Order: sequence, then structure tokens, then C-alpha cells
Amino acid sequence: MRIPCPFCGDRDSLEFVYRGDAAPERPDGEDGLYDYVYTRDNLAGPMREHWYHAQGCRNWLIVGRDTTTHEVFGARLAKRAGQ
Amino acid sequence: MRYSLTSLLWNAISGQTGWRPTWRAAQPRDGYDVIIVGGGGHGLATAYYLAKNHGITRVAVLEKGWIGGGNAGRNTTIIRSNYELAGNEPFYEWSMKLWEGLEQSLNYNAMVSQRGVLNLFHSDAQRDAYARRGNAMRLNGVDAELLDEAAVRRLAPFLDFEQARFPVQGGLLQPRGGTARHDAVVWGYAHAASELGVDIIQNCEVTGFLRDSVGAVTGVETSRGVIRAGKVGMAVAGSSSRVAALADLRLPIESHVLQAFVSEALKPVLPNVITFGAGHFYVSQSDKGGLVFGGDLDGYNSYASRGNLPVIEDVCEGGMALMPMIGRARVLRSWGGICDMTMDGSPIIDRSPAPGLYINAGWCYGGFKATPASGWCFAHLLAKDEAHDTAAAYRFDRFRTGHLIDEKGQGAHPNLH
Repeated sequence: MRIPCPFCGDRDSLEFVYRGDAAPERPDGEDGLYDYVYTRDNLAGPMREHWYHAQGCRNWLIVGRDTTTHEVFGARLAKRAGQ
Repeated sequence: MRYSLTSLLWNAISGQTGWRPTWRAAQPRDGYDVIIVGGGGHGLATAYYLAKNHGITRVAVLEKGWIGGGNAGRNTTIIRSNYELAGNEPFYEWSMKLWEGLEQSLNYNAMVSQRGVLNLFHSDAQRDAYARRGNAMRLNGVDAELLDEAAVRRLAPFLDFEQARFPVQGGLLQPRGGTARHDAVVWGYAHAASELGVDIIQNCEVTGFLRDSVGAVTGVETSRGVIRAGKVGMAVAGSSSRVAALADLRLPIESHVLQAFVSEALKPVLPNVITFGAGHFYVSQSDKGGLVFGGDLDGYNSYASRGNLPVIEDVCEGGMALMPMIGRARVLRSWGGICDMTMDGSPIIDRSPAPGLYINAGWCYGGFKATPASGWCFAHLLAKDEAHDTAAAYRFDRFRTGHLIDEKGQGAHPNLH
């Protein structure tokens, strides 16, 4: 798999650290914390994921990828995700 | 039919015409006492023990494809009970005891070979950790021997003992560990369960659950019609999240791909199962002669049943670092299996929040060795509605209550267990 890092360009996935589904958002209080930490949708198909470019620009990315084919659709910086 | 020396001899002189199918091909009936979703080793073992131990024979095993076509056919066939934590060790030792009597019980040759499992250590700290694990095993009545370097040299002289970076200092040996023939385990359980009246229904995909007015599960919708059931158990590790989602459940599980490999057939070179302590590499030699080996998960969520090249390179590097003699053996095949990775690396055998639906899931990449005990304990749960003593820790809600069984101490990072 190659991941199109917006800062470094197309890079081998070996340079990245995987951190799973990007959808869960940390709740403010204890309500929902169990689900945030422990349960997953575990999607079969397209999924938005967090990847960290540890051996590159050290940016956190949100990568679109299909879990049934490993096809990568694209990547953007996670810190710009809300904008 | 019953397999015996007499049946073997009779067929030898009668042109091999007396054999009948190992199990019955069954058509779905309208309803059953228990339906097991998933015709892998765990599902078939569950059906067998339901019939044998609890007298429940109105049981159907529903399989989307063909039995044993999923992870039961994709593992590296290792059996062992060398766990450390109290929630795990009695369960896996019960499984080992069942392996030891399996062939007589099933009347089927599963080629169980107790050739020993040797976990190598490469530093003082790792020796201490393995000594502690060995002590934990012995406290549970399990065989464990801490070997020094000289003893490992006698057992496996071909290892790279003087390697500068990871010298082999010794190993923890479980002599009763070993391997079993994965397909024969599936066929053996299918054979024995079918003899006791269990219906094994292949090419029958579960597409939904029947729910009553209070939400209890009362049957399944399948590609071959609706089938009612008193209880439904799911044993579909790898796809647990997808099947559970049909009952509106969200599991503490991620699906990851684990690759395995086999080399061309060689003359006997490996005396037992050997694992590398300084990297992730484990290897045994099949009776056919191929080296069967594997390593780490690829590390990202996947349902693809195949992995990528970086992990293949990493696994082969581990093999070369440990036993350079295998460097000229060619890899014949590699494949991937989808693993139910839980948030603490341990499985779930429990009631689900939906009444009538029971879950056997989360086997991570250690499900094969657990097959007999998993079936035994899941059958106990389905029949008696209470957990078997050896599986009492495998609760569905343990992540909420904090009673985790985290053998590796990695926390809620499924790809690291």
C-alpha cells in the first residue's frame, strides 16, 4: 500500500503508524467513553482512518481506504479535518 | 460410518468401494433447538459437544461457504497451552487435554502430534519473563521446562546461537504442545457431530436474525429461507462484527489480516515448533515436509484475506535471523486469514445483550489451539445458560467492568496484541 501524504507525496505505508477508525470522537465526560475506547464499527468497505507519518513529516493524516481491497482513495491532514 | 482397522482392511481388499461420506449433507428444517452460525472448527465442535455432552441433537450448523473454508483452513496448526494469566491458562490447558483424547473421541485421525513448542529467549530480561510464565503454567498443572543454551543446542543445533544482536540464551519448552492437522479437525468434528444427528448445512449464509416483540432472537434469516431456533450461537471469528451488526450489536473487535506461509517440502529438519523471541517468527514442519511459518499481523484493519509484502519481508527476515539454514528453501504459498482482534487480545464466550443470541468470538490469532475447549465451553453455555468454569473470564462486558485479560499488556490497541 502507498499513502498519498499531502506533505511528502506518495509514500510506502511502512513509513506510517496505524491508529484505526477516524470516526470515533472522544466525549467530554465519562458518558460514551467506553464506546469510544473499546467498541468499533469495524467496517467492511470504505473507511476513514488515522495514519501517522512517523518516518516522514510526522503529521497525522486521515486516509480513505477500503478494508476489503486495501485500495487507498486519498489522504488529508487530520488537523485541517474540521475546517 | 465408523473408522477402524477392520474397515480399513475391508476396503483395502474390496477396491475402496465401501466408504461413505464422512458427514451427511443436510437440508435445513423449519426449526432447531440450537443453531450455530459458522461451520468452522469452533462451530462444529460446539455442535458436537452439544450433542455428546448435553444430549441436544436438534442442532444445525449453518455455513456460508464450505465447512473449514475460513480460518480453520488458514492457520498454522499449532496447539499449546503456554499462557500466563489466570483467566487464560486453565482454558487453554483444558483444550490441550481435549486435544490429547480427541481422535479416540471423534473416531477420526486429526494427526495430533505433541512434538513440543519451544519459545526462545535472547536476553536476561526475557529469560526472567519466560521463567515467570513457566512458573504460572506449572502452578496450573501444565508442563513447562526452562532450557538453558546447552539444552536448546541439543534440541535444535541449527539455530544461530552466536548471533551478535540476538544470541539464543535458552528457551521455554512445553513438551505437550505441538501441531494438529487443521482440515482433519474440521472433518473429524463434522463426522462425529453428524453421527449424533447434527445437521451440517453448507452454502447457507445468515442474512438476518428473527427478533420477537422484546428483541429476543428466535431464529435466523438465511439465503435458504427462515429457520427458527430456541437459541442461536455465533462462531464466525473474523466476521463477528458483521454478523453481530445484523443483531444491532457493536463489538469490542477489529478485523485484521494475519499472513502465513509454507515452503516447499523438505526432509525432516525441525524437531518441534520454534518461536523467535526477538522478532515475531514461528515455524513448524508439516508431516508433508513443508515449513509452515508466520509472524505479525499486517497491522491495519482488513477483511481482504490477503496481506502486503512488507510483512512477508519482515517475517522472512525473522526466520533468517534465527535459522539461516532455511534461506535456500523456497516459499510455495502465502495466504491471509481475517482475525477477530479484541481490545485485550483474549476471546469472548458469553451471552450477548440480545436474549437468545450467544457469542463465541475474538479469537485474535490464537483460535486454532482453542478449538476443542471453545466448542466444549460454548456448548456448556448454550445448554446450561452459565459459563463453564474454565471460560468464566471470557465475559462480553469485561471491557466495561475493567476485568481485562491482557496477556501482552498492550491496552486497547487490537493491532498490537
